[in-house]
Amino acid sequence: MLDRPAVVEPLDDDKTPATFTGNRGLDQEEPLIFEIGRLDATGVDIDDPAPIATRLGALERNAPIGLPGLTEPETMRHYVRLSRKNYSIDAGLYPLGSCTMKHNPRSNEKIARFEGFADLHPLQPQSTAQGALELMQILADWLMTLTNMQAVAMSPKAGAHGELCGMMAIKSAIAARGESATRNVVLIPQSAHGTNPATAALLGFSVRVVPAAADGTVRAEAVKEALAPDVAAIMLTNPNTCGLFEREIVDIADAMHEAGGYFYCDGANFNAIAGVARPGDFGIDAMHINLHKTFSTPHGGGGPGAGPVVLSERLAPFAPVPFIRRNGDALELVEAAEGTQSFGRLTAFHGQMGMFVRALAYMLAHGADGVAQASKDAVLSANYVRASLRDVMTQPFGDRICMHEVLFDDAWLRGTGVTTLDFAKAMIDEGYHPMTIYFPLVVHGAMLIEPTESESKASLDLFIATLRDLARSAKAGEVARFGPAPRLAPRRRVDEALAARKPVLRWTPAAA
Amino acid sequence: MRYHPLSEADRNAMLATIGVSSIEALYADAPRATLLETPLDLPSGKSELDVERFFARLAARNMPASRAPFFVGAGAYKHHIPASVDHLIQRSEFLTSYTPYQPEISQGTLQYLFEFQTQVALLTGMEVANASMYDGSTATAEAVLMAHRVTKRRKALLSGGLHPHYAEVVRTISRLAEDEVETMAPDIGAAEDLVARIDDTLSCVVVQTPDFFGNLRDLTKIAEACHRNGALLIAVFTEAVSLGLLKSPGAMGADIVVGEGQSIGNSLNFGGPYVGLFATRHEFLRQMPGRLAGESVDADGRRSYVLTLSTREQHIRRDKATSNICTNSGLCALAFTIHLTLLGEAGLTRLARINHANAVLLAQMLKDVPKAEVLNETFFNEFTLRVEGDAAALVEKMAARGVLAGVPVSRLLPRAGLDDLLLVATTEVNTQEDRDAFVAALKESL
Amino acid sequence: MTDLRYSKDHEYVALDGDLATLGISDYAQSQLGDIVFIELPEVGKKVAKGKEIAVIESVKAASEVYSPVSGEVVEVNPELGEAPALVNDDPLGRGWLIKVRVSDPGECASLMDDAAYSSFLKTI
Repeated sequence: MLDRPAVVEPLDDDKTPATFTGNRGLDQEEPLIFEIGRLDATGVDIDDPAPIATRLGALERNAPIGLPGLTEPETMRHYVRLSRKNYSIDAGLYPLGSCTMKHNPRSNEKIARFEGFADLHPLQPQSTAQGALELMQILADWLMTLTNMQAVAMSPKAGAHGELCGMMAIKSAIAARGESATRNVVLIPQSAHGTNPATAALLGFSVRVVPAAADGTVRAEAVKEALAPDVAAIMLTNPNTCGLFEREIVDIADAMHEAGGYFYCDGANFNAIAGVARPGDFGIDAMHINLHKTFSTPHGGGGPGAGPVVLSERLAPFAPVPFIRRNGDALELVEAAEGTQSFGRLTAFHGQMGMFVRALAYMLAHGADGVAQASKDAVLSANYVRASLRDVMTQPFGDRICMHEVLFDDAWLRGTGVTTLDFAKAMIDEGYHPMTIYFPLVVHGAMLIEPTESESKASLDLFIATLRDLARSAKAGEVARFGPAPRLAPRRRVDEALAARKPVLRWTPAAA
Repeated sequence: MRYHPLSEADRNAMLATIGVSSIEALYADAPRATLLETPLDLPSGKSELDVERFFARLAARNMPASRAPFFVGAGAYKHHIPASVDHLIQRSEFLTSYTPYQPEISQGTLQYLFEFQTQVALLTGMEVANASMYDGSTATAEAVLMAHRVTKRRKALLSGGLHPHYAEVVRTISRLAEDEVETMAPDIGAAEDLVARIDDTLSCVVVQTPDFFGNLRDLTKIAEACHRNGALLIAVFTEAVSLGLLKSPGAMGADIVVGEGQSIGNSLNFGGPYVGLFATRHEFLRQMPGRLAGESVDADGRRSYVLTLSTREQHIRRDKATSNICTNSGLCALAFTIHLTLLGEAGLTRLARINHANAVLLAQMLKDVPKAEVLNETFFNEFTLRVEGDAAALVEKMAARGVLAGVPVSRLLPRAGLDDLLLVATTEVNTQEDRDAFVAALKESL
Repeated sequence: MTDLRYSKDHEYVALDGDLATLGISDYAQSQLGDIVFIELPEVGKKVAKGKEIAVIESVKAASEVYSPVSGEVVEVNPELGEAPALVNDDPLGRGWLIKVRVSDPGECASLMDDAAYSSFLKTI
């Protein structure tokens, strides 16, 4: 169950000092563009169109749209002011478990903007885009080598889209075996990302939940018990969302295959094992790789991502179009599914090229050794945080080695009057983005910390010291540090119930 | 490695704190046999300079749009992007932040999403818009799924003017989700009679305007027929700039409007990342996929923004979610909203006019070219040219002459008997010299 | 109002003849937190004991409500559309969800009375 966010009155002695502007020094308020823009203002000078007789039929617009414009200096100021209200990796440790907020190299940004990539049209003749196709092919080779898998579908746009791709390939393979009518269940552990059951349901599968053992991992025995002739596949995250390596993964894969099912591995946490172990060696059939997690393409405030899917020999024939084929000296895109076993098309064009460039730049900068080192440092850092906090916070599955992220629960907060949410909000006042909270759902008051390999030891040490001090404070009953938090951020706690009860999802003129 | 701050001494000290002797010991839970003993057969790490050299060599083998008279469209369009757009989206606070789940320290992202949603709603003539989808094609597929939920029917009718990739995406997901789809034959001249095909078994009709062949379509009668039969009209666009000059789909009665927002603020990027726009009526709000930013107040009563109605989404609703979408196109939405703010209504209208004017000028010049004929009665900035012979071969010949002439219809509709059709797009980036070069190369190549 | 009977899923039934008023318990509303939206069935819908009849959404959770009785929906609470918080404020009173014409009043016998429900809550 979720804790109820408390809406707390500001304490008298720390009321925000009133200013004429509402600004507080560098923390500046900014109206909406609809409040400062004008219908006749523009920041783009455009030539007069040549006089022509239009070819618009009767479909020319005859009413104003209502879009405000700003000149360039006003635009710069508006968005720079907005940007300053955001936390970012560049500004601080961003320990969001399951999200992998690692450093985003700027070399990647520079290269992605080379006009030979950024200014390339997806449908210009393939003879004029051979460098782009080769880049995709090199990235595909890296992904297949890192995972020891036989094929890769490049077009999925993000992790959840990759899941859809993998599960579509599985559904197609089952159909090819003539078992569509009978195999319609997908096994998913309770701790899975919400995208897993959502994806399975989208394709008409019903979800059978597999219980986890007391140590937070899934036992092969439990999978075998859930297995029946109606099972199409299992969707399992490894390392799992509790930050633990699924120890029996090979046995689980064997059990699935023996029962005629497929193994979809959620690759969101591949960053713990890239270069150290290959998912193909576990016996999986499909896995998406979030290039925006493991391979450092920026999260951009929620996207874009990219989710290529590696496939086993058994699923490779069903991969979506387009795919790349070598034709003599040239590379060509196979864009039509007709005449192949491909399950079809997931998106217009060929995938997230801009993300491919960045991910490959990251890989080439690292090399095989560097990729492994990144994984190991991520695991080392998470365990260092665990070992440094284990005496003041509680771990739901006992004190055991974790992978790239460490999971705490709220047992240690019981009776303090401080909730996981309060603790997270107090971290904001200390200048940190909170960890992932209340996920995975299987752990009460979950706090999932993923420091990544990008933090120095000094940075980790200060983070640890801060959390220790907050923990001491919570246990000492200093609730004033938590309930009203955050007090020092651009905003204090936002009333989410109000937003949901009376949704205001766009600006409307005051008079309306 | 320049991205890894930990030194060997740091690592050893950290291992001591953890109480293990080596990093390898941290992988004790992995089956022994699956741990790699030797490094993979992949190159070793490179300096920043060498990485750039590597990519420069690959980039040099491509022919970028800015290096040739460029007329390629069919769902992605070359427009000029003001320098301030790309500068602003590279601000650390936008580029390197996550989904705004902690509103107190994410007001920047939340406010621009709120502004973006408002702009998209205004542009499409709808009441609400979400915070973006992956691209226009996936937004279209999501719209069809949403129509199924709203109408509790599971059959879609796709216009023959819908972008073939969009139609394929809808058909793929529908087939695997076991929903029905009927697709009209390719409709070069916008002549199909959709109204006659609409009955009360349909959940939705999907119509694109300007359509794949460039024709403008009046949706009013189709909307009326949909509503008489309890179906929804899904209007699609692939060229967002057209909305600056054309009646909005909402004004013509659409129930869901989806489209590709790449044209505004986003580079061609060889096909992605782009930004899907998704707007609908307020009454269907709870069936909408994707994230939504909403207005609220904070504990001090100050206006604030927050992600809302998230109980529709996968991270809460799991197998009952409206969509499995999680990551969207936040940064591309930012580029869209900044560019549109710079344009404003005045700039967008002017931009749309010059796009249209350039297309009309080119169409006029083509009247004098033998063996080539513009088929469209109406168009915005793209039209269909019928040529003598094979359009794909023609495009290659013209590329050899340094002109990127357009998209042969056969590339998207192979084996449809439309090998002699070429889609030609022109935008504000094209000059009179470009048009002259196009016509000259066309005459030489035909 | 007649006696309340509770299910293990924290729904309650107040039975008056063959007319049952259904809602969620005070414990359930307190666990959900601020309720922001309630999806109710249409009048005339047939419900079966143990099947989903409504969905209650708080800010960060959506919980299905399962019918503790079988029958036909004859009324839904018209106030909840505008004021879902009534379920928080007065779950057993103005925050009721639906009224059902029950097909088998005997089904209520298996539900818990106040005392049994109170002791059940202590075991959670």
